[in-house]
Amino acid sequence: MTHTPTYDIAIIGGGIMGCATALRVAEGGMSAIVLDKDDLGQGASGVNAGTLSLQIKRVKLMPYALRGHHLWEQMGDAVGFAKTGGYTLAFNAREAEMLQERQTLKAQAGAPIEFVSNNALRAAEPHLTQKVEAASFCPEDGYANSSLTGQYYRGRLRDAGIAYREGCKVTDIGHSAGFLLTTTTGQIRASRVLLAAGAWLKPLAALLDVDLPVNARVNTVSVTERIPTLMGSVIGHATGLLTMKQKANGTVLIGGGWQGLGTPQDGRGTVNADAVKPNLALAQYAVPALAKARVTRSWTGFEANVPDFYPLAGALPGVPDAYVLGCVRGGYTIGPYIGQLMGDFILGRDPELPLFDPGRDFTKDTT
Amino acid sequence: MADHYDIAVVGAGPAGGNAALAAAQAGLRVALLDEQPTPGGQVWRDKSASILSAPVTPESRAGAALRKAIETSAVTPLSQIRVWDIRLRDDHWVLQAQRAATSQEITSKSLILATGAREYVQPFPGWTTPGVIGLAGATALFKQSLTLPGKRTVVSGTGPLVFYVASEIRRLGGEVAAVVTPNTRSQWARALPDMLGQPKLLARGALWVADLMLARVPILWGHAVAQVDGAEQVTALKVRNLRTGTDGPDIAADSLCIGHGLIPNIEAAQILGVAVRHDPSLGGWVPDAAPDGATAIKGLYLCGDGCGIRGATAAGLQGSLTGARAARDLGRDAPTSPLARWHKADRFGRAMTALSLPTPALEALTTRDTIICRCESLRCTDIIDEVATGAASTNAVKSGRRAGMGPCGGKYCQSAIATLIAAQTGKSLADVPPPTPRPPLRPVPLGQAAGAFEYDALPISKPAPL
Repeated sequence: MTHTPTYDIAIIGGGIMGCATALRVAEGGMSAIVLDKDDLGQGASGVNAGTLSLQIKRVKLMPYALRGHHLWEQMGDAVGFAKTGGYTLAFNAREAEMLQERQTLKAQAGAPIEFVSNNALRAAEPHLTQKVEAASFCPEDGYANSSLTGQYYRGRLRDAGIAYREGCKVTDIGHSAGFLLTTTTGQIRASRVLLAAGAWLKPLAALLDVDLPVNARVNTVSVTERIPTLMGSVIGHATGLLTMKQKANGTVLIGGGWQGLGTPQDGRGTVNADAVKPNLALAQYAVPALAKARVTRSWTGFEANVPDFYPLAGALPGVPDAYVLGCVRGGYTIGPYIGQLMGDFILGRDPELPLFDPGRDFTKDTT
Repeated sequence: MADHYDIAVVGAGPAGGNAALAAAQAGLRVALLDEQPTPGGQVWRDKSASILSAPVTPESRAGAALRKAIETSAVTPLSQIRVWDIRLRDDHWVLQAQRAATSQEITSKSLILATGAREYVQPFPGWTTPGVIGLAGATALFKQSLTLPGKRTVVSGTGPLVFYVASEIRRLGGEVAAVVTPNTRSQWARALPDMLGQPKLLARGALWVADLMLARVPILWGHAVAQVDGAEQVTALKVRNLRTGTDGPDIAADSLCIGHGLIPNIEAAQILGVAVRHDPSLGGWVPDAAPDGATAIKGLYLCGDGCGIRGATAAGLQGSLTGARAARDLGRDAPTSPLARWHKADRFGRAMTALSLPTPALEALTTRDTIICRCESLRCTDIIDEVATGAASTNAVKSGRRAGMGPCGGKYCQSAIATLIAAQTGKSLADVPPPTPRPPLRPVPLGQAAGAFEYDALPISKPAPL
């Protein structure tokens, strides 16, 4: 038998958070390997709508989101970054009130959000419906192309000399004097492990006898064929149930967290037409000319969360040298940044902003 | 508006048509859905209503018989309807469909998918030039509108279809400059034992070849079209001897009919969760289904070329078996036919499919500059570069390069891309599955997918936590 490859840390889950952490710990001198049961960046990191909007971030996560935006801007063309500005719309008095209340709090938390007049809105986005009751604008908003996540991080890991394995599912984690991982592509030893498997965190942590209260949302995204320009910025809805942007190639990407079917344990999610229909209706209500555009694809991605909807980022309770990172609301935006914080924590440095203890009491909002 | 049936059959070709008939004979309410105006599918396609008389062929006769049988049966044919989504809701299948400018929902207790096949063309320089059409596409022109692909046509490709198309062009008064087939005469000789079980089909094939030889149409065995010249329209073709690698003199032509076998349309079955496996003798990736159509999923049945390319005869037989099986599973009496005839047709179909498969010599005609993905204008070199940076799956190549993200959804490029990935990574084709299939099954206008709605009635839930 050949000797088992050995690393300072094995990172299970090759999404944005796993890869960003790997890059950080490698900069700090650790040898790391990233393992993914599929391809890198094909989970939520690679199939989300790519919206980078401070207007839909949670108030307490705003400092993280602002730094995340900065990192996405630095990644630039390699990830299809575009800072277009974004409008969030309210279509009736109730939604307008909600928009006022929520965006005011987010602005206080540091997001440069302002309310805009109907005239300003119409000048900027002439194809929007006339039925807008109120709108907010954030110049920092935009999008990146989540499809490029795998390609991007594959390149970054390679350039940094970090090992990765795709199609490598971890089936067992032995724990005595370090970790012995049994995978579908052989065994791996590591002094530390980071669980960064997104919606698959619960079964993964169970291999170390830890029960993480992780649930999965099954978010749906749809895209149209290439059409003439109908919008120049990211368009959202006061409830967050619509995010929409037209890419440089003319396709329009429509999301908003409408729920598909299936569970991560089943292996895949499926689109639920009963949820896609109102999602598309909302898009058409906002931009009526979309009615004629053909929808070419709809798909789902599993987004992990915990009962208090704050991240898991820190030491895995009860297992020395094991860490967990995931369940970040707005994980696409915040992922590259919180991965750096996680890397610093694993390196024994003080993170720039606090992490989120995975061992906290999830029944109260205490983070 | 929802219409409820015992069984919905998607696809009204030989498989779907016969499945619907068998199920209706057992007393079930059956809807037979198809995109075309009348049943028949691609192979038994009806002629356009504007054509009063057309020569009778075995295909037109079989199609007419099927249409007559459906007309006089209790089957409800729903024509010119486009199914864009299928879902299991509680115990019922729910089909989202688009008909003219309206959308409708059709529900059924059981579902039979008879989604047929699409054509494969191994990309080579110039294959996207106007004037190049698929072999199967050419047969659709003949059957529906008696139209010829051009004035002087080269017919090229693998399997039996190449001879049928050449022979039909001549019968309709066109000129066939040459027949160019990568298959050799000895390959055909080796397939003969499997063909003897279908003497009628064998005799027809022999007639096509005899007709071409009598008319002194050159038949170039073991050759392929290596390049198409012409900017606005085909002007000439380069033909290569696949054994020696040498090119013959250019052939002047204004059109090329070309095809390298058929690929099963498996996306609907895949989306519904049917496992797929790689079986070259059935045309590539096929969903798991029994000869009587049963799958691992309750109430879901597959038949015809959509679960493996076996041809029209096998499809018709499997359709009847499937309709009967689905009826029995719903508690009706329906005959259990012996499988002997189907096995014979299966053997014949597999032999023809094996002859039709692109060979490594044919795949080598794809140069680095050849367009692979027409929707996104991606060349072979784009795919190779992406694989070289570590993208080792069709999903990864799709994500990185948009290969398969255009309007066709990868239907026409994925086989070529999988072949390139396999060649470059040293994997076998069986280890390069197709990308995750995504609905809608067909592009659908957003307004029709959304359907009519009132804003205040939209199910807007409370917003995400602040």
